[in-house]
Amino acid sequence: MNAILELRAVSKHFPTHRAVDNLSLEIPRGAFFSLLGPSGCGKTTTLRMVAGFETPTSGEILLNGARIDHLPPYKRNVNTVFQNYALFPHLTVQGNVEFGKPKKSIQHVLEQVHLTGKESRRPHELSGGERQRVALARSLVMEPDVLLLDEPLSALDPLLRKEVRAELKELQRRVGVTFLFVTHDQEEALELSDQIAVMNRGVVEQIGTPQEIYQQPKTKFVASFLGAMNWIDGAGIRPECLRISSEGVRAVVVNSAFLGPFVHILAQLESGEQVRAQVAPDQAATPGETIFLSWNQRDEKRF
Amino acid sequence: MKNAFKAPAWLLMVATFFVPMAIIGVYSFLTRGGYGGIERPFTMENYTRLFDPLYGVIFARSVSIAAVATVFCLLLGFPLALFIARSAHKNFWLTLVILPFWTSFLIRLYAWMFLLRDTGLINTLFHTNLPMLYNNGAVILGLVYGYLPFAVLPMYATLERLDNTLLEAAADLGATPLRGLFSVTIPLAMPGIRAAAILTFVPCIGTYLTSDLLGGSKTILIGNLVQNQFTTARDWPFGAAASLVLMGVALGLLFMAKRRGEELL
Amino acid sequence: MKAYAAIMCCFLHVPLLILALFSVNSSKFTVWEGFSLRWYRAALGDRELLESAANSLIIAVVATLIATAIGTLAAYGLWKRASNVLSSALYMSLVTPEIVTGVSLLALFQWSFRFLHLRLGMHTVILAHVAFSVAYVVVVVMARLRSFDKSLEEAALDLGATEFGAFYRVTLPYLAPAIAAAAMLAFTVSIDDYVITSLVAGVDSQTLPMVIYALARRGVNPMLNAVSTMVVFGLGVMVLVSERLRAK
Repeated sequence: MNAILELRAVSKHFPTHRAVDNLSLEIPRGAFFSLLGPSGCGKTTTLRMVAGFETPTSGEILLNGARIDHLPPYKRNVNTVFQNYALFPHLTVQGNVEFGKPKKSIQHVLEQVHLTGKESRRPHELSGGERQRVALARSLVMEPDVLLLDEPLSALDPLLRKEVRAELKELQRRVGVTFLFVTHDQEEALELSDQIAVMNRGVVEQIGTPQEIYQQPKTKFVASFLGAMNWIDGAGIRPECLRISSEGVRAVVVNSAFLGPFVHILAQLESGEQVRAQVAPDQAATPGETIFLSWNQRDEKRF
Repeated sequence: MKNAFKAPAWLLMVATFFVPMAIIGVYSFLTRGGYGGIERPFTMENYTRLFDPLYGVIFARSVSIAAVATVFCLLLGFPLALFIARSAHKNFWLTLVILPFWTSFLIRLYAWMFLLRDTGLINTLFHTNLPMLYNNGAVILGLVYGYLPFAVLPMYATLERLDNTLLEAAADLGATPLRGLFSVTIPLAMPGIRAAAILTFVPCIGTYLTSDLLGGSKTILIGNLVQNQFTTARDWPFGAAASLVLMGVALGLLFMAKRRGEELL
Repeated sequence: MKAYAAIMCCFLHVPLLILALFSVNSSKFTVWEGFSLRWYRAALGDRELLESAANSLIIAVVATLIATAIGTLAAYGLWKRASNVLSSALYMSLVTPEIVTGVSLLALFQWSFRFLHLRLGMHTVILAHVAFSVAYVVVVVMARLRSFDKSLEEAALDLGATEFGAFYRVTLPYLAPAIAAAAMLAFTVSIDDYVITSLVAGVDSQTLPMVIYALARRGVNPMLNAVSTMVVFGLGVMVLVSERLRAK
């Protein structure tokens, strides 16, 4: 098996709730692997168990085939990029990046994250994006087997986020280190990952490539979490699969918004439920109008 | 209307702080009269007298005792502050540490007299005859005992605000807990440590009761000198000069610390 | 680590606990001989002690009332409009070594007695106590004011209250626990003061700390253990209550 990191039946139980329940994962070498789920689903707890900040209640964690779940963080060859970056405020960029490996030359890594020339700056003198890169550099210098990233983009403003997303993917491909990435943003996960594990309430609901997860969701939760989903008579239909035609399910248009490349329509069914459709601009409709919605049966998802 | 709120305090400060200080200032330049009164001529003699080796020893002793006491307070107080900052029952431990300080300072000193004197508890219990009281060591012990809470509070305040993820990051990067302590916790706690040092040192050099009760006649510090001049020796001008120097040192240190941006109160 | 903290707390508390223990020792020597309340009876029957305790209480109550009033008003005034000079003066009165405060006040009194035909006595002690307590009150009340929402006062004004009315009906109730805590603090500080009091008290206004000091200097005195325990216990309770009020 080409798995660099393996979690076997890992659980983390707290007195009040089960954060992670019997989770098993195999993360392939060199992959950009994401843990995706809503807040409270256990993804961060899982990451922290791999890093060593939480001890599993049961189960094993193996890195390169060897068990690490009983080792303290400073003895594991994994490194974490924290959500708030956790840069040492009393050290310069150089001091921060060198912290784990004081004698090693850091120039190479600084080049990789495009931070050359900023070695003597302090964290408070850097922008959000620069701080994130320092956190990355600091971890990459350690040459970890797996790099753990805890929602590293959530602290950035939305405009910056898109830019940094692309850079991050680029970086991973260049450096080749396995990334274990935690996020609640499904768009982010879809764009960046080679594989995604969708988590909900401490359990993994589905593992697969972005395409598999989106187009062949295995559970109702996964279907609703990735992209929008309409539920009509027990069948799940994506907004982009709905078409306005001459016959089909009857609905009254509540709102119609022209969003450039497509039109977003909010309509109310006879049953009272509301559905969202994403249609071509030439298929626009006016509020109050009665329309008929149809779709291709093979686009239905049933559970 | 607005200023009326502050008026009584103003009046009080003028009457009990500014005016008395001015009087002391004037006295420090006058001369001791025949019957212990205060007379002209104006002179600098009181200040120059302070440079006399006899009094130099007193100043040196005050500074060194205060310094030693401060160091002990920092060394003993830091681990305590760290423990409380990480504890789940912060308020409980804080109250436990602060409580003795706010009861009677005088009685707390008497308690040590009870323990340390030649017929005191320790000597009686262990059938020894150690002279533990009436020396520099006893004074230092008394000062540490008295001002330890003063040292713990500012260090606790800084440590409590420390970002925990920084220590996790250090561990993540291979630092053992010991290295984490010295490379991350202590450097980031320095403002609190500095504040603790000053908040302990200043009361220590100006101490009177501790050296009076625990130091006996051998350990005369600046505070004792001042008290002596205003009572037994009846040399008010000289005592005034000594007080101003003491106050100058205290205020000077605090001012220096404030300049560097320390939040001391 | 917890063990260290426990040891340190023992270091801080044990001496006083030992005093309490020996206050019920029937022997007047430092050897345990049996349980007895004789020293408490002796202390409560000693005239000098009782008189000085009464003096101390009177001084503390009066000084506390005055200092709390002045201090609360000052804190409020400073909160509405900062004054560097007043703040600095208060801060300096707080950090000045006690001995310096004491001699400066003594000098003030002696100098003013040339025109006022007064002598050192309870009144000078009370004034001195007010002088050094006010800063403590200001600190405690200020801390509470910092968490006070200014717009509450503005709302009161909007609804027709005068400036003083707003203070009295809106701010003051909010400050009440802090004022009580500050008063207890001022009381504690006043009751315990020796250095300043000893300098400005007259011959006929002995306070409890002065008597305690004299007894402590003289030598082993088991009655002192009883007095100490009572005082520490009383003050300790006060401080705890004060902390509770501050935490609100």
